[in-house]
Parts: sequence; C-alpha cells; structure tokens
Amino acid sequence: MNILQAIGRSTLNAGAAIWDVFALFFKTLYWLFYAPLRGKIIGRHYIFSQMVFAGVQSLLIVFFVALFIGMVLAMQGAYQLDQLGAVRFVAALISVSMCREIGPVLIALVVAGRVGSAIAAELGTMKVTEQIEALETMALNPIRFLVVPRFLALIVMLPALTIMGDLVGMFGGYIVGVYNLGISPGLYIKTNFDFLVLKDVMTGILKSFVFGMIIAMIGCYMGLNTKGGAEGVGRSTTMSVVVSFILIILSDAILTGIFYFASV
Amino acid sequence: MAEKREAVIRIENLEKQFGGRKVLEGISLDVYKSETLVIVGGSGCGKSTLLRHIIGQLKPDAGKVYLFGKDITKANEDEMDSIKKRFGMLFQSAALFDSLTVEENIALPMREHTKLDDHIIKIMVKMKLNQVGLRGFGHLNTSQLSGGMKKRVGLARAIALDPEIIFYDEPSAGLDPVVTAVVDKLILDLSSALSITSVVVTHDMNSVFRIADRIVMLYKGKVLQIGTKDEIRNSKNEYIQQFINGTIEGPMQFFAPDEGYLEELTK
Repeated sequence: MNILQAIGRSTLNAGAAIWDVFALFFKTLYWLFYAPLRGKIIGRHYIFSQMVFAGVQSLLIVFFVALFIGMVLAMQGAYQLDQLGAVRFVAALISVSMCREIGPVLIALVVAGRVGSAIAAELGTMKVTEQIEALETMALNPIRFLVVPRFLALIVMLPALTIMGDLVGMFGGYIVGVYNLGISPGLYIKTNFDFLVLKDVMTGILKSFVFGMIIAMIGCYMGLNTKGGAEGVGRSTTMSVVVSFILIILSDAILTGIFYFASV
Repeated sequence: MAEKREAVIRIENLEKQFGGRKVLEGISLDVYKSETLVIVGGSGCGKSTLLRHIIGQLKPDAGKVYLFGKDITKANEDEMDSIKKRFGMLFQSAALFDSLTVEENIALPMREHTKLDDHIIKIMVKMKLNQVGLRGFGHLNTSQLSGGMKKRVGLARAIALDPEIIFYDEPSAGLDPVVTAVVDKLILDLSSALSITSVVVTHDMNSVFRIADRIVMLYKGKVLQIGTKDEIRNSKNEYIQQFINGTIEGPMQFFAPDEGYLEELTK
C-alpha cells in the first residue's frame, strides 16, 4: 500500500509539474507576442545580453565538441565503410548525420549544460534572495523581464549555433578524411554536399529550435520554483540539466520518428 | 481624532490557511494616511504573511484588503500594477538585483515605469542616494556593499517612484544597533518630510518604540491589541508584557511541560 501511495503521489507531482511548465510556456508566449501589441515592449538590451551569453559565449565549446565529433564520426565511419570498400562515403555519412541528428542533439546537450544550468542557478538565486518578489512588487513581471529574454535568446541562438556546429563537424570529418584516409579534397567536398539535401538541414534546425524552447523553459521553470536556500539552488540547477537532457533525447526520438514516417 | 483620518489601507477579516494550519484568523485593521504603523509579534505569528497579503503577493482564503480604497483581492493584473506603482517595499534581505549596480537598481523602476529622459533619471538616482546618505556610492556593485548599505540602497529603490506607502519587512534584521538607529531615522525622516505612510513589520522592540505612531500586536494569527506606544507599554495583556520585556516566563510557552517526559523518553 505504501509503495502504491508513493507511486500515486509522485505521478500526481509529475503531472502538476508538467502542467506548470506548460502554463509558464503559454505565459511566455503571451508576453512575447500579445503584450507588446498592448504597448508592453521588452527592452532590447535584456534580450541582447542574453543572446551574447547563450550564443556568442557558447561558440568555443560548441566548436570544440562539433570538431571532435566530426573527427570521431569519420574514423568510426571509415572503420565500417572500409569493409564495403566505400570509404569515400564517409563524407556523406558525416554531413547527413551531423545535420540531421548528431549536430542538433549534441549541441543542445552542451548548451543545456552551459546555459540551461546557468539560467536555473541565476533565477534560483534571485528567487531565494527575494529578488523575484522585489520585481513583482515593483510591478515588473518576472516572466517579461527574466523568462522572455532567455527564451528568445535560446530559440534564436541554438539554431544558429547548430548551423555553425554542423559546418565545424564537417570540417572535422574533412581533416580525418583528407589527411588520414587519403580521400582527395575535391572528392571529399563533392561527396559531402552531393548527399546533403536542404531537407536534412531544415530538419536539424527545426529540432534545435524545439530543443532551445525546452532548455529555456526547463531552466526558467526550475529556477523560478526554487525553494529553500543554497541547497535548493543546487537542486534546481542539477534538475534543470537532468530534465533538459531527458526531454531533448525524448523529443529527438519523437521528431525523428515523425520525419521518418511522414517521410518529409 | 483617529477615526476621522483617511484609511489608505483597510483590512477586513483576513483569513489564510497553509496546509490546514490557520496562519491568519480574522484580522481587521486600518492604516491611516502618513502614520507609521508597526506590526509586532513573535516568529511565526503571521506578521510576514499579513504583509504579503497587503502587497498582493498572497491571496487570502477569506476577507478583503483595500489599498487606496481599491479591493486588491479582486483586482486584475493591470489594476494591481497601477497600485503597485504607488507603494514601495524594503525587503528583509534588501533584495537588490545583483546583476545591476547600485545606480541601475534605483533607476530600474524609473526606467520601466516613466518616460523620463536618461540624464534626468541619473540626477534623480543621485538625489535618492543622497536621501539615504549614500552619495557617491552609485557606481558600486551590490556585492561590494555592507548589510546596512544594502538596506539603505533598498530603501532608495523603494522610494524611487515617490510612493505614498512604504512597507518595511524586518528593517533591523541582521544590523548592528547603530545601523539600526540609522535606518530607523531614515524611516522617521521619510514619513515626516514626505508624509509617507509606513507599515513596518519587526520584532525589534527598541526600534518599535522609536518609530511607531501606532502598534499592532499579533499572536497566533490574531490581533491582540492595537494602540499607541503608551497604550502598548502599559497594556494589561500578559502576552504583550512578556513580549516587550522579553522574558521566558509567561503565557507564551517555549518548553514542553515536565509531565510525561519520562514516558516519552522510554516509549
């Protein structure tokens, strides 16, 4: 009976949390689209500073991860394709998988770890030190001032980072393909782009757009619902990364399934 | 005489429960224009909860809260925003935004709620800083400030929009006696010079008797007595006497009675 009670209670809690995240999402959409029409415009400098943090300052780590993933994919691909005598198709393997799958997912995971956790920690600290309440009593809506700029920054910057990361990943593959596997540069680049169609790129960008929403919403939700001092901030930060990771992988499976079966 | 004065805050039969425990049980009180009302009570008596209801952060289970004659328990977000612009609040931890400098903290409400030019805002920020005795500290980060300075910056931010009411949540918490006296003097100056209505929540009896016009004594979610300093000081109520004298013996029990202790230990 106790086990059943525990399962029931945690199911109810999870259900309530999912409901709350959606409520936060719709409030964000309200402040993003509807409120500006009524003259409540969000200051540009809030959005730009978040874009710099989420996007520009993530460039280095995203490039680093993408470059090495491209190189690893090339080596792994060559190992398998060599048995079929088709080493030059390494280029195609990398460009397509980088754009459709690995690029968006890995870069989203990196950004969830770097930006999502920072959002949760910052908003969580603001919550436990009464700063969120101070904003509210000054008639400044926290969703408008804190959530919307972070949401906008992530849904713009994550796809941008993904596009650049895809290119860097292909360059990583090129390094291995040309200097290690001995494919001629021209052939490598030709194969790389021959098999890549616009649909692959668009699929990846759409995915990273969804991942950006997930990271922003989970980071903000965890931050704004922080309870109980420094320990609570730590818990929110960890939870934001864990939940974002799970949701990114889950939504990736769903989206890949949709694109595959709908054969878009 | 008090009856004729205009009540800027009126609370009627306010009730609130948290998880089945009654925190506020039918509180009614009026706050008159330009007076300093101090809400006093022990830890957990519901005084902070009462304050959160007055500023609209919590919704009551029953009862009404009127601010400037408007029932805020029924106000929508836009109406609430326009009421919020008419009062300021000093938080217990000052609640300064640590991503902003001292100047930016004070300027934020003016930047967002007025159409004032930037250099006029800068001048006004300097005036507000001077009012709390922190001229020349505007460029500092909030992490560079001491506890007392944070409180004073928080006060400067609370008066940024020239409010009609200021709420103070434990203004002396964590401050030494001298800084407490400084903050008390600022509260007095603001209410006398600008005839601002002040509502102070505290349990520091020294500062209560320095700043209060009237005192509300809360105990277990109920109003024990409302009165002037002398009325409270000479109160016959045993709880009030125990509280203002800070004695252990009295009607408020902090230790469980001795009976049954042995059974509890060996159970």
